[in-house]
Amino acid sequence: MTLREVRELLNTEVLSGEEFLDREIKTAFACDLMSDVLAFVNEKTLLLTGLVNSHTIRTAEMLDISAVVFVRGKKPDDDTLQLAKENDMVVMSTKYIMYESSGILYSNGLRGACLAEKES
Amino acid sequence: MRIIKLKYTVQKDDFVKAGQASSNIKKLLKKLGLDTQILRRVAIATYEAEMNIVIHSEGGFIEMEICPDEIIIIVEDCGPGIEDIDLAMKTGYSTASNKIRELGFGAGMGLPNIKRCCDEFSIKSSIGEYTRLKLVIYNR
Repeated sequence: MTLREVRELLNTEVLSGEEFLDREIKTAFACDLMSDVLAFVNEKTLLLTGLVNSHTIRTAEMLDISAVVFVRGKKPDDDTLQLAKENDMVVMSTKYIMYESSGILYSNGLRGACLAEKES
Repeated sequence: MRIIKLKYTVQKDDFVKAGQASSNIKKLLKKLGLDTQILRRVAIATYEAEMNIVIHSEGGFIEMEICPDEIIIIVEDCGPGIEDIDLAMKTGYSTASNKIRELGFGAGMGLPNIKRCCDEFSIKSSIGEYTRLKLVIYNR
């Protein structure tokens, strides 16, 4: 699925990285706990989260996650968006809650991220 | 490839700058053309360790030695130290405050996650003095 399709399906507002909407994503991970994202995400994926601070972007940067969707209408501050821009990251905001956002994407064919076991 | 040495200081409680050292390290290693899976493991390990310094200590540093066949990372802080290392290594055990949890951390995953990313892992701590990690990730 492309990020452009994600935008259509979740009716998102694109806050950063408009020029990268043709990027393809194969899986998604939905979570507010960055500790879990760091421990379990093992591939390039779309991150859905309600946690709006710079550590969401930092965590995404560490894991090569190139797109983040903030759920239930949340929007990060300018400094956080600036950090996303510096890292060529797509940041979007949707009015749907996390449960609905995940359901919509899943029912349109986007599967969950594979979980990491032992990194090797 | 020659050996490259780096050192970053990390301030306690500075949640705005937290992650910058790891970000700089990742960008540098990417420029050096490191394999993406190895890069990812270094990035996760240093970021978790950096957050630990910010959250739990009185400040510290991350020192790196990038050798042709391995990356050695020393993380050392001044601070309270860890009373029970076995307990701290247990997934889900955390002493982090609610403020830290609101930032998305403090789930008790940090040290086990660092260990998972490394080929060699050792931890030493002395109460009231320091905690020191030595991490080695093979690049071969």
